[in-house]
Amino acid sequence: MLGILNGKVYDPSNSVEAQVRDVWVKDGRIVSAQDVDCEKAEIIDASGLVVMAGGVDVHSHVVGSKVNAARKFRPEDHYGNTRERTALTRSGSGFTVPSTFLTGYLYAEMGYTTVMEAATAPLVAKHTHEELEDTPMLDMGAFITMGNNHFIMECIRDGLMEKARDYVAWLLNATKGYAIKIVNPGGVENWKWRRNVGELDDEVIGFGVTPRQIVTTLAQIAEELGLPHPIHVHGINLGRSTSARTTIETMATIEGRRAHFCHLQFLSYGKQAGTLHRSEAAKVAAMVNANPNLTVDVGQIVFGEATTMTSDGPLQYGIHMQTGNKWMNDDIENETGGGIVPIRYSRNNAINAVMWRTGLELALLIDNPWQVLLTTDHPNAGPFIHYPQVIKLLMDRGYRSAMFERLNPRGRKGALLPELHREYSLSDIAVVTRAGPARVLGLKHKGHLGVGADADITVYADLDDKEEMFARPRYVVKEGVVVVVDGALVRERRGKTLYVAPAYDTGIEADIREHFRKNYTISIDNFSVHADHFPHREMVCCR
Amino acid sequence: MSENFILVTGRTVKQASGLHKGKDTDAYRRAVTVVEMNPEDMARLGIGEGRLVRLHTSAGQMEAPVHAGALPLKMVFIPMGPEANKLVGPETDGTGMPSFKGLTVEVEPA
Amino acid sequence: MKTVVENVTCTFCGCLCDDITVEVEDNRISRVRRACANGRGIFLDYDPTPKKPTVAGREVEWEDAVAAAAEILVRADSPLIYGLSSSACEAQRKAIELADLIGAIVDTTSSVCHGPTGLAMQAVGEPSATLGEVRNRADLLIFWGCNPAASHLRHFERYSLNAQGTLVPNGRRDRTMVVFDVRPTATAKAADQFFQVLPDSDFEVLAALRALVQGKEIESDSVGGIPLGRLRDLTERMKACRFGVFFMGMGLTMSRARDINVRELFALTAQLNEFTRFIVIPMRGHGNVAGADQVLTWQSGYPFAVSYARGYPQYGPGEFSAVDVLVREEADAALILASDPVAHFPHAAAMQLKRIPTIVIDPVVNLTADTAQVFFPTCCYGVDAEGVSYRMDNVPIRLRGALPTVRPTDESVLDAIIETVKRC
Repeated sequence: MLGILNGKVYDPSNSVEAQVRDVWVKDGRIVSAQDVDCEKAEIIDASGLVVMAGGVDVHSHVVGSKVNAARKFRPEDHYGNTRERTALTRSGSGFTVPSTFLTGYLYAEMGYTTVMEAATAPLVAKHTHEELEDTPMLDMGAFITMGNNHFIMECIRDGLMEKARDYVAWLLNATKGYAIKIVNPGGVENWKWRRNVGELDDEVIGFGVTPRQIVTTLAQIAEELGLPHPIHVHGINLGRSTSARTTIETMATIEGRRAHFCHLQFLSYGKQAGTLHRSEAAKVAAMVNANPNLTVDVGQIVFGEATTMTSDGPLQYGIHMQTGNKWMNDDIENETGGGIVPIRYSRNNAINAVMWRTGLELALLIDNPWQVLLTTDHPNAGPFIHYPQVIKLLMDRGYRSAMFERLNPRGRKGALLPELHREYSLSDIAVVTRAGPARVLGLKHKGHLGVGADADITVYADLDDKEEMFARPRYVVKEGVVVVVDGALVRERRGKTLYVAPAYDTGIEADIREHFRKNYTISIDNFSVHADHFPHREMVCCR
Repeated sequence: MSENFILVTGRTVKQASGLHKGKDTDAYRRAVTVVEMNPEDMARLGIGEGRLVRLHTSAGQMEAPVHAGALPLKMVFIPMGPEANKLVGPETDGTGMPSFKGLTVEVEPA
Repeated sequence: MKTVVENVTCTFCGCLCDDITVEVEDNRISRVRRACANGRGIFLDYDPTPKKPTVAGREVEWEDAVAAAAEILVRADSPLIYGLSSSACEAQRKAIELADLIGAIVDTTSSVCHGPTGLAMQAVGEPSATLGEVRNRADLLIFWGCNPAASHLRHFERYSLNAQGTLVPNGRRDRTMVVFDVRPTATAKAADQFFQVLPDSDFEVLAALRALVQGKEIESDSVGGIPLGRLRDLTERMKACRFGVFFMGMGLTMSRARDINVRELFALTAQLNEFTRFIVIPMRGHGNVAGADQVLTWQSGYPFAVSYARGYPQYGPGEFSAVDVLVREEADAALILASDPVAHFPHAAAMQLKRIPTIVIDPVVNLTADTAQVFFPTCCYGVDAEGVSYRMDNVPIRLRGALPTVRPTDESVLDAIIETVKRC
């Protein structure tokens, strides 16, 4: 039992803002004071401190095949960024691609308690789950990439929507995944022919379906299956000057259904004279503001070293050709693809400057913080350990201006950002870093401090410098146990793998078996994630 | 009268059986104690099929029966294993990988 | 009473064929279907009878062997943990946990196999794909410095040359096969075109191809023993194919330029993507050496040649790789998991293993086990132990195990050693 007393509580899910109140914990859950023997409880005096639910990251690349390829690929990322073993903890290394134990420790020390792995290909899902077992401190789930899946595209081509739905449900069960992820729908398949897509109605080679059909079909399926999280979309044209237009078109095409658009900064550019893209954050934000069914996460650029890694095969090749940096590619049979290229964002680079302000403009122009969540698309736009810097940029206009002034002048030209005076409040931050992500993920027991919630709690010193405040929590509690004190780990805990198990008509299994026989190089009987191997898991119900 | 050859070591199906049958069997020993050579080289060196040949490098030496094989001139092939490794030196040139292929060996009839 | 177990995965090589059917009678495997000669050996020659561990060649009880192993490791100033590639990921994770605990150097068979491939990938990248993409799309296959006809016996049939795929319905007839090697191997005999390279000239040939792909002129008539005209033709063929694949092996990693050879090949592969789709897949040898790379990387950040001596992982191919460590006499004890370095290391390194106290964990009494101070006869992964193993293209595959597990598993031995070391 635990009591966190006299802290200033920010719990926007329960309309609590800056109220001094006590938070009581018993058996890993938040309880009311009556349920606790206050004499026997461990007490944390939170007077003068800020109390929030543990952080929830809605989109981060931290475990699995592509992440590990990036770790192996980038030993230079790890040198000098090491952590020694202790009696409690394993050693590790890495900055943009930390090793698994270190990933858990770094997130926990930053006050995060739930993290969603942004992309897992079905064929290699076991790899994700193995790494989840070796990533401590966090409750986690994996989004399963489906936007270039052959079985689904064949169903769309043949007009067999129910079959597609049953297959998606089967796939989520087989992979123990959490949500449907869509990455450059159709484009990743076309990359296997050395092509891409550029418009929602372009054709996917060999299937005769379009990106529009893929997105709308999966949006519909997510709703019919009652999945806790809607489709999670990395749209077409990432990084291109057509991206803002096709982002808005994609948002429109789902016709009011729920959807989450990830790292939207990368997909909010327009064309202008010359080689530099323009930020179209205002237009994209207007679309989001007009559609309460949509949520987004920012994907904010942080200057310094980053590693681009996505399932967007043609995009990654493009980054390789543009930067000249070394390139990994991985096409996955019948399902998806992707690649990895190291990158460095510099304030002296005009393109990076535009990217940097586009993200902030989105965050400041989307009115409702419940619709715009904080990420850096780790490690694509920057490593997650820089979230406190992003928080400060959102809360402190002076800091923002100072950084803006140091950008490449060409990258500042015509910028909207200096006119945006909005500053996020602590309550807004509580929304974009915990309450909002938990809500859009459908995690009813996370992101808030109401009775019945998981006792994942972070206590911060109330500092003027928000980066310092959020970088080093005073206390972090995971499942009712104090795990971090003053930014340092005091206890190692394992978290749970969160997954969904939507129902489906088992009649489809015969068709899937035939699909495997024809197209795969692995037996369907050896494909699924074998539950016994991954014991620390918790199912989240579909509606 | 010895000559310099290039040594290549590698897998054979017979050698691979040592993994599961065990490497203390006669079959394994026979599988890894053999040298393949171009028949023209054999003739020039005066070594008949199945006769013993001695190979050595600065790392060590070994003897094995020689068999005619599809090899370019002045190249010998020995299946990977403890016999071949008597010839392989410890240097890895900073890579961790010894020179298992492309070594210069002196070859003569035993 | 006979039981039939389907969809068993064979762990002999990086093919990880998972379509094997095994018949079991009286707790022994009586019949194996679809496996190649190597795979059949793994199943049919295995005796799952539990045997006692040994210390100094004498059989002892389990607890005594664990205690003896723990003592060796605790006393050592500079222990080496080596091997890992013929064991499931569950055991590999334990081996690395042990290394982290005792500050050991941990290295895998990658060092003497595809270590240089890893170095090349770290330098220039590796455009790759899963084997199904090869089977379904590839119309041009180039085998460079590898001999699957001797090492990966079902590769052609399941994944490459002879396999039928969705865009390759006629299998062999729809594919062109090219082989580069220093000698005419059985694989070369299956090729449409064989390029016999002069020994230690692969780098020059690859550099020439890179130049030709970029449209540069080359002044020599031949490179590495190959007439320039043939290289020019090949260049055009590569640029014009639909989906090209390089398979590469020890011919590149073990000859003189090692990782620099592989770098050149990977760079060539990347360049070809300006014209068409081209990928490369390293022919990983052992059944779970790809898994060893993966596990060591996700736990430490680095794929092989890792030292935990300072309390955090350090990467050092050439410094912490097992052959170098042994030859420089920098290890004073070794734990060998699922590999046979006494058979496969250069003589000097193999001899050093006989001079220091070693602990060997393996299903079979191999040459390294012969000289071990402590030997644990364990399960054979995929035969009587379940788990996960990674194929050469990094696809994780379930090992279902054909026989019941009666011997200790590798991971249970390592776990026991870890717990005992913690108490010391």
